[in-house]
Amino acid sequence: MTDLSLTTASRPRVMRLAVPALLLALLVVAPMLAYPLFVMKLLCFALFASAFNLLLGYTGLLSFGHATFFGGAGYVTAHAIKAWGLEPLSAILLGTLAATAMGLVMGAVAIRRQGIYFAMTTLALSQMAYFLFLRAPFTNAEDGIQNVPRGAALGLIDLNDITHLYVLVAGIFVLGMGIIWQVIHSPFGHVLRAIRENETRAQSLGYRVDRYKLGAFVISAGLTGLAGATKVLVFQIATLNDVSWQMSGSVILMGLLGGVGTAAGPSVGAGLIITIENYLATTGFPVQVILGLIFILCVLTFRQGIVGTLAARLRRA
Amino acid sequence: MAEFMGIPLPVLFGQLLIGLFNGAFYAILSLGLAIIFGLLRVINFAHGALYMLGAFAAFLMGEWLGLSFWVLLIAAPLAVAAFAALVERLLLSWLRGLDPLYGLLLTFGLALVIEGLFQWRFGVAGQQFPMPASLSGTTILGPLILPHYRVFVILAALAVCLLTWAAIERTRIGAILRAATENRPLAEAFGFNVPLLMTATYAFGAGLAGLAGVLAAPVFQVSPLMGTNLIIVVFAVVVIGGMGSIGGAILAGLMLGLAEGLTKVVYPEASNIIVFVIMAIVLFFRPAGLFGKAA
Repeated sequence: MTDLSLTTASRPRVMRLAVPALLLALLVVAPMLAYPLFVMKLLCFALFASAFNLLLGYTGLLSFGHATFFGGAGYVTAHAIKAWGLEPLSAILLGTLAATAMGLVMGAVAIRRQGIYFAMTTLALSQMAYFLFLRAPFTNAEDGIQNVPRGAALGLIDLNDITHLYVLVAGIFVLGMGIIWQVIHSPFGHVLRAIRENETRAQSLGYRVDRYKLGAFVISAGLTGLAGATKVLVFQIATLNDVSWQMSGSVILMGLLGGVGTAAGPSVGAGLIITIENYLATTGFPVQVILGLIFILCVLTFRQGIVGTLAARLRRA
Repeated sequence: MAEFMGIPLPVLFGQLLIGLFNGAFYAILSLGLAIIFGLLRVINFAHGALYMLGAFAAFLMGEWLGLSFWVLLIAAPLAVAAFAALVERLLLSWLRGLDPLYGLLLTFGLALVIEGLFQWRFGVAGQQFPMPASLSGTTILGPLILPHYRVFVILAALAVCLLTWAAIERTRIGAILRAATENRPLAEAFGFNVPLLMTATYAFGAGLAGLAGVLAAPVFQVSPLMGTNLIIVVFAVVVIGGMGSIGGAILAGLMLGLAEGLTKVVYPEASNIIVFVIMAIVLFFRPAGLFGKAA
């Protein structure tokens, strides 16, 4: 287990303040520099990858089933808006809650096994969820839920206005990242890291390891759902693609590439992967091959990821 | 017409036969996974891709060289095994001593590359693979309808599984393999070439996957994505069986194939997910798997 645990120990104090400040500034100027829809997609995936990282990076659990929460929340939100006419913020909240509940169920089964078996179990359970979504009457199978209206937040703020939408998405991103930050730096988060480092020891110290793991799983699932629900509002569509194992694989790659166990790594990884996917989408060359190659390269040579490697360099300097 | 609990017997037997047929593939594939994991501590996510490679190797060699099915049955798995030996030497051997999760991720990436490249070259549509003429018939025994090819696959799979099991339990090489699985440093101290053994083991497991691919080719179409969903089911089978035992992998594979077949008769809507449901139930009551030792 220790291999995946990349240190999160102290960085220079300046960095600790500078990085969030820089990121906030970037958040403000980003939609002026790039296509706003692309930036919003990026934010959704950055939050997704960061939520996933809470589990892999800070608890040492590799979930191969996070697409279920991402796409599952998307389906619930899309259905709530389109079929029930729910107000968008409540629909996002509902999607998030649904993902949390799914996380509770999947987590309760999966944490009964450790390490590699945990990964395989989550993969299998999420494949089961995939088939259930495929068959469920409200998901329209291969077509997905299309043309989801964005509506007006709280009935007042028109989200068809791209600026309004961006502010909402950016706000959700900051909220989600803030929650993750809080969790990591809470006593709860420290216990999670203790479990990651040495589960047996944490247990012998009297921590109910299973409850902590389940707690981390549920929080991670919920935040993943928040990201997935928000994405529905941006793209106005919920599809099978978002609940497929390929999506679970993508988010692992984002974490791995950016740096598992670093706060900023998954966002960096998400940015890179999304950019690569966008670029390749126009060339006709299968994205899958490039993603696979990056996977292999990361595992063989670059296990700390970009941010992890940079952080290690900075510490040594 | 004879019935059992309201189900016509020919339908019931037919589905059970298909279940056993699918179970034969689960058994061969999970057997390979278990052997590889035992020694290399790698969950081979590329197993589905290797299965696909086996089918494609047979298809292409058949097209280009005009080899007969029986020759392909040997040649294609050998080709897959050779490819796998390269993969083990060039890629997997770098991960010795690391967390097993890295092996899973590496082979996942490998599967993406292989399947992506084949999809790029051949498209997603399936290619027809001719069934060997000598096995294309059907025998009817009362309520039992037996397509020869399916029966052949079941018997061949059983034979391969038993032979593998016997080779591991009863031969000298098998004994070395078990020793190295149990305690690698000690086996090395006794002078056994464990790295070579690892390469051979990975190649053998991959060869089994390739063999399954050839056997599948005449019934399922040969397509780049034929292994992707299968490998996830096989993972569930392995979790249910418990990775510790060779016999467990084989038995669990056959049993789950049967369970799937039965579900198709009783409640067809659930046949896609029954293996996963069983997995969840087994995990809940016996976290170590049906045949596994507690971790």
